[in-house]
Amino acid sequence: MIHRRLLPAVAAGWLLAAGAAWAISDPSEALPDAAQEARAVAIGQELRCLVCQNESIEDSGADLARDLRHLVRQQVAAGASDQQVVAWLVARYGNFVRLNPPFEWSTVLLWGSPLLAVVIGGGIALFARQRRPAAPKPLDAAEQARLQALLEP
Amino acid sequence: MNRRLMLLAPFGVVALAGAGFFAMLERETEGKFDPRGVPSMLIGKRVPAFALPGDPGFADSDLSGKPILVNFFASWCVPCIEEAAVLLSLQQAGVPIYGIAYKDKPAATAGFLAQHGNPYARVGRDDPGLVAIDWGVTGVPENYLIDKDGVVRWRWVGPLTQAAVRGELQPLLRRFA
Repeated sequence: MIHRRLLPAVAAGWLLAAGAAWAISDPSEALPDAAQEARAVAIGQELRCLVCQNESIEDSGADLARDLRHLVRQQVAAGASDQQVVAWLVARYGNFVRLNPPFEWSTVLLWGSPLLAVVIGGGIALFARQRRPAAPKPLDAAEQARLQALLEP
Repeated sequence: MNRRLMLLAPFGVVALAGAGFFAMLERETEGKFDPRGVPSMLIGKRVPAFALPGDPGFADSDLSGKPILVNFFASWCVPCIEEAAVLLSLQQAGVPIYGIAYKDKPAATAGFLAQHGNPYARVGRDDPGLVAIDWGVTGVPENYLIDKDGVVRWRWVGPLTQAAVRGELQPLLRRFA
């Protein structure tokens, strides 16, 4: 039986432990070294789960994602750099595994689309400006007289 | 006239998009297009090194001398049941098929093969699923055609269908025989 005055401290301890587990569901998956674990989480959040496809391997509950989390941690613990871990996975699953795809020929349209939108929008705006009819000429004396005649009751 | 044409332009765009979507769905039902498909990194490369236990199991060095179909499967995989008939007909046609049981218990695998037929010349057990990750497997079933030099020539994600066998696998088997 825990003493009543100790309860808040025990609860706080549990919550802190839960916080250390970050996104993964099972705290036993985490690396003992906090700095290495933080790196593994950062790497994993940039890697796509191949089963659900729109979640990172850190967020996914899929079996394959759990295996990949484990492999990422194994490599981090063995001293691999972030780039080495990502390259290891890209060699198996291709650039699709990266949630942040690199700039290359096949992704030019993806990365260039904001610029493309600005260019197309600017082009349309310019075209519309040029097509706007010129301001009408001021009325000459004869037209002024006719307008006066029409306006007078 | 010009203005009228401009008014028709949105309809033209919608019609074009509709035709595009229709073509996409047609190709998807025929199995020629998979919007979730990820190209395999192994095509044109040698199979990664591995040695799987089993009775007798097999290693990468066993995948040579003739074109071999490697099939990742599991007893807990429902589409694998659907695929079993296609694999059996391939086996009867003389195509050697090596199976890799992915994350499966040996007894469960044996039960699955007894119930749905055993099309495999050999079965290797990949309990930890690490060989599957080296191959870039994203789920079961998945099929890979290995040519006589041990080079990966083709991958099929999901259960193999008769249409895929006729349209893709058989021409490749003839080409790499």
